[in-house]
Amino acid sequence: MPTEELISTSIDIDRTRGDFRYDEKHKFDAGTGLSHDTIDYIVNVKGEPDWIREWRHKALDIFLSKPMPTHWASKDLENIIFQDIRYYLAGGQKPSRSWEDVPDDVKRTFERLGIPEQERKFLAGVEAQFDSEAVYSNIKKAVGEQGVIFMGSTDGLKEHPEIFRKWFGKVIPTGDNKFSALNSAVFSGGSFIYVPPGVKVKHPLQAYFRINAENFGQFERTLIIADEGSEVMYMEGCTAPKFETATLHSAVVELVALKGAKIQYVTVQNWSANVFNLVTKRAVAHEEAEVKWIDCNIGSRLTMKYPGVVLKGRKARGEVISIALANDGQHQDTGAKMIHAADETTSNIVSKSISIGKGRSTYRGLVHIPKHLKGCKNNTECDALLINSTARTDTYPAITVRGTGNSSQHEASVSQISAEQIFYMQQRGLTEAQAMSLSVNGFVNDLVRQFPMEYSVELKRLIDLEMEGSVG
Amino acid sequence: MTETTAAPAQLLSAGPAAPGQEAAWEQFTKIALPTRNDERWRFANVKDLDLGAYTQPQAIDEATREELLGRSRGLEKSAGRMVFANDQLMAREVLSESLSQLGVVWLPLEQAMVEHPDLFQQYFMREEAILGGQKFAALHASQVRTGTLLFVPRGVEIDLPIEAFHWLSGDNSSCFPHTLIIAEERAKVTLIDYYESADANAPGLACAVNDLWLGAGANVTYVCAQNWSRQTLAFQINATVVGRDAQARSLFAQLGSRHVRSESVSHLRGPGGRSDMLALTVADSAQEVDARTFQIHEAPNTASDLLYKNSLDDKARTIFSGLIRVDPGAHQTDAYQKVRNLLLSDEAEANSAPGLEIEANDVRCTHGATCGQIEQEELFYLMSRGISKKAAQKLIVFGFLQEVVARLDQPAITAKMADLVHAKFETHR
Repeated sequence: MPTEELISTSIDIDRTRGDFRYDEKHKFDAGTGLSHDTIDYIVNVKGEPDWIREWRHKALDIFLSKPMPTHWASKDLENIIFQDIRYYLAGGQKPSRSWEDVPDDVKRTFERLGIPEQERKFLAGVEAQFDSEAVYSNIKKAVGEQGVIFMGSTDGLKEHPEIFRKWFGKVIPTGDNKFSALNSAVFSGGSFIYVPPGVKVKHPLQAYFRINAENFGQFERTLIIADEGSEVMYMEGCTAPKFETATLHSAVVELVALKGAKIQYVTVQNWSANVFNLVTKRAVAHEEAEVKWIDCNIGSRLTMKYPGVVLKGRKARGEVISIALANDGQHQDTGAKMIHAADETTSNIVSKSISIGKGRSTYRGLVHIPKHLKGCKNNTECDALLINSTARTDTYPAITVRGTGNSSQHEASVSQISAEQIFYMQQRGLTEAQAMSLSVNGFVNDLVRQFPMEYSVELKRLIDLEMEGSVG
Repeated sequence: MTETTAAPAQLLSAGPAAPGQEAAWEQFTKIALPTRNDERWRFANVKDLDLGAYTQPQAIDEATREELLGRSRGLEKSAGRMVFANDQLMAREVLSESLSQLGVVWLPLEQAMVEHPDLFQQYFMREEAILGGQKFAALHASQVRTGTLLFVPRGVEIDLPIEAFHWLSGDNSSCFPHTLIIAEERAKVTLIDYYESADANAPGLACAVNDLWLGAGANVTYVCAQNWSRQTLAFQINATVVGRDAQARSLFAQLGSRHVRSESVSHLRGPGGRSDMLALTVADSAQEVDARTFQIHEAPNTASDLLYKNSLDDKARTIFSGLIRVDPGAHQTDAYQKVRNLLLSDEAEANSAPGLEIEANDVRCTHGATCGQIEQEELFYLMSRGISKKAAQKLIVFGFLQEVVARLDQPAITAKMADLVHAKFETHR
């Protein structure tokens, strides 16, 4: 067997693990297509206040008026047929707090995913989004006692409007891009987190998102506010069942780190290979605050995601750690944005991508350091690994630096797995596939180690799994 | 190509320069000016591209001719020299025997067109401008009146560099310098273009095209010293086509102009080919230097190495947007791209967008972009040795740029470039 074929079959992800579904009874189904009626329907069903209704209608107008960004982005976007997508779907269940309240078939789905029970002890709370609404939410007593608010965004806007309205849509305005406008029009689900001043949430807060109805787009909206001096880590992971027609996932995630706060946001994205994943994620870091995005993209057909940090306060720090894996038929178009807006702010971007088979991975970055700022620093590193001769990788950074007080450096490299390394390992008795697996793991190892423990284990397992097929 | 009349027409209503250039003129008028939303013009101040003020090339009187010939000082030793002013040939001197070797063609463009129609047919503007400058390439094609055509037949090596001076003279005049170098198998040659303005403050428009064609094993060095007046709007569109085992080396020194747009494409078309793309910029006041590059690896075993260095003072802006592309099958590609910006003032702005598009896996491609300022320690060290702050700064900037010119490996040209950089420093402040 020629080496390339061998490798491409060996690295094919076992997607059957997430490929299952149960019949669902959707009490509330907005049907397919998008119009102002759809929005009224969503607002009525969710019982939302009028300001949200207005907000959504305005967002829809913006969405409709904005062109597809295909002058720079992939033409594949043109294959999204907005009128064939369901924009709202909910189980009609109230988010339940105790595990016992969760319906059995939903529980089965989660068991297949291997989510909570054993992890429950470790994780502070589980917010599992089954389709649009949170079905299960549980915050450990301790976290609740600390005054931490952790709930679905719909509940957040109803129960804590005083905090919610202050920040909602402020980090990512509706008109930021076409898809943030779409999300603003039809959002449902997602998390709302508020951490009071000085509170350090010891355990990561975790939510699993799943798409489980054909042609159903998921538009969750997450807002996390870490008040002065607080710390929080949020984890988001997703798997989705396989369907034949493309589905759309377009989330908006806004983070606000007030003075001295620290937020870490971890994503492991493993949608099935027919999902368009077009996500807008941005944080504002105030004085001495730190925001770190840890982002891993394995699944989806086309992912476009560029987590950003607006460094608004003195000495704020932003970081993006990104791993992307693109296999046949996949395009991982990911990157980072760092907007320096105060003195002595620092940012760091490390991106590693692996392209397999006919996969394509793209790094797109933006670093902006305006004039009259002093002591701003940016460091960007992008490394790409190409496994087969048909794989493709692109790098498109854009860096603007003004003034003498600042510095930035950007480096990128593209390479393949070193034949010498493989030869060495084979000579030591490893099969070619094992050697490849080790080598790929080694390539991403320094980043994987930065993930929370259970995620890094999961990730390593995933990479191993891809290599497994070729053994023997 | 017509005689220039006493009262030159406004460029935008002038029409083509001569019969045969109508199609290009039509194309020029059809293509819209670039807009901010065009990715290929990202960061650029597109409002500055209005051509309404400029006239067709103005006539040169005898006194000006004498003056400009006197000011056309290049290297101490060169193989030959042509001097143009406002696209009119002022002088052509063959100084070295190597230039009159059998088969070498070194002629003003309009003469070459008549005497060597085959070369013209095969090589004249055959590579499309693909980095956003189509409109200006079309303008050039519709207005070009003269320039240099250099054809070096197989095996011929011309030891000394050939020089061409292009002068821009008069208020709001335009000129359209053209350089076409064709090096056959194993031919070797170096050519330097000097772009100068008669009056350092006269507004003007310069729209140049330079194309290099390298046959198997050829070795071509091309240097372009751009020093138009501070009020000039300038375009440079370059294509370099590198054949099997050939070596191309180009250096663009960006010193003059109010706003210069430089587009440079290397096509690595034959296995074993190599292209070194070099540029240095000394930008101050409100100068904008907009450089776009493209390293296209079309064949396996090719190498490209790009080094662009910019020093920015006052309110200067630089843009570097470069792409390395490795086509499917172009294995064993070795591509490198490095852009470094040295910011000397708080108002200066450096934009860098180094890009990669890789479709082959057995490659080594790296790029790097940095922005920084003079290290206070270095400055302190020099000042503690009794050097004034200003002089120390210049030394450091010069040292920073030296790496680029040193890469030419031709000490005489390196020294000439250093002189030009120093002269620019002298005019500043």
